[in-house]
Amino acid sequence: MIIQSLDPRVTRARIDQEKEFQPLDQLDQFETYEVFHQKKRGQQHSHVGIVHAPNAELAMVFAKEQYSRRGQCVNLWVVRTRDVFITEYEDADIFETTPAKLHREAESYKVMDRIQAYKERQEA
Amino acid sequence: MEYTEKHVLALKELLYKMADDQLILGHRNSEWTGLGPILEEDIAFSSMAQDKIGQAQALYEILHELGEGEPDTVAFMRNAEQFHCCHLVEIPIGEYDFSLLRHFLFDRAEQIRFDMLAQSSFEPLAQVARKFRGEIKYHVMHADVWVKQLGKGGAESHGRMQDTLNSCFPMALGIFEPGPYEAELIEAGIFPGELALRNKWIEAIRPVIESAGLRLPDQFDDTSAYGGRYGSHTEYLQPLLDEMTEVFRIDPAAEW
Repeated sequence: MIIQSLDPRVTRARIDQEKEFQPLDQLDQFETYEVFHQKKRGQQHSHVGIVHAPNAELAMVFAKEQYSRRGQCVNLWVVRTRDVFITEYEDADIFETTPAKLHREAESYKVMDRIQAYKERQEA
Repeated sequence: MEYTEKHVLALKELLYKMADDQLILGHRNSEWTGLGPILEEDIAFSSMAQDKIGQAQALYEILHELGEGEPDTVAFMRNAEQFHCCHLVEIPIGEYDFSLLRHFLFDRAEQIRFDMLAQSSFEPLAQVARKFRGEIKYHVMHADVWVKQLGKGGAESHGRMQDTLNSCFPMALGIFEPGPYEAELIEAGIFPGELALRNKWIEAIRPVIESAGLRLPDQFDDTSAYGGRYGSHTEYLQPLLDEMTEVFRIDPAAEW
């Protein structure tokens, strides 16, 4: 039984309804590339996602349409995912005390009072 | 220089064939939407198909300013014999190797055509040509990368690309079928003519074909795919038009 669809392209493809489809082997696909885009010259590139591709050239061609089809972009980077050196989640404890280190946050310093006092002294 | 009546006819003929090529190829390529070989390619190919329709619209707008019908009417209300597209763009999408090689051969020609038109004495067309330059550059980049990838792929991939190139190439020569007003276009500085375009095109595609490990067919004067520019089309155009205009024809006055 050939599938009859409202979409003429599907009908034309003459797909047998009875035919069973085998899912692809899990690793039977291209590797991934990480995509970074730059909105304006001089700004930093930011990570926007991945594409599957057999090489960097095609990754770039795909990245252009996946990630800069809408919105501004002046430059793209693609990096093979397996070339990115990453931390392990089991080592996430190396970041654990960071939120407690308030002395590293500019906003943790209450200097406005002192600036105000200084200004008042100057005016006096 | 002042355009004579014949120059204006020549200009319209040029605009119609370019716009009709883009509209029909854009529609054909959009038939891959949702059926492309991988998701990323599906999106890229669909997006370029949409670009083609946009380019066609820009040219139909110029025609409208020259006194022809509204772009929608012109695109959706004509029959096959009123179209000026070449046979290459009418052929069904076939297998992906055919669609890719058609895209490569057509867009390589379009890129050179638009480069030539960027210098046209007819300023509205020169402006449109300059506007789409970057868009077409990407289309060519996409096509070149794929042709090289598949030409240099395994034996099956290489063999299919060569076979398809051999059958596609004579059809692609139909792009350059001289129109009825070549001399007028050249004389008025509107466009340097189809023959000049074809020669530049062969120079441009040869190194890409060769770097893909493929062989360029050497019959450049094959006219078997001529006729499209004069309204004589393949059996595939009218069914395409019927399908493309099905919704529009239900209510041509509908506001979208």
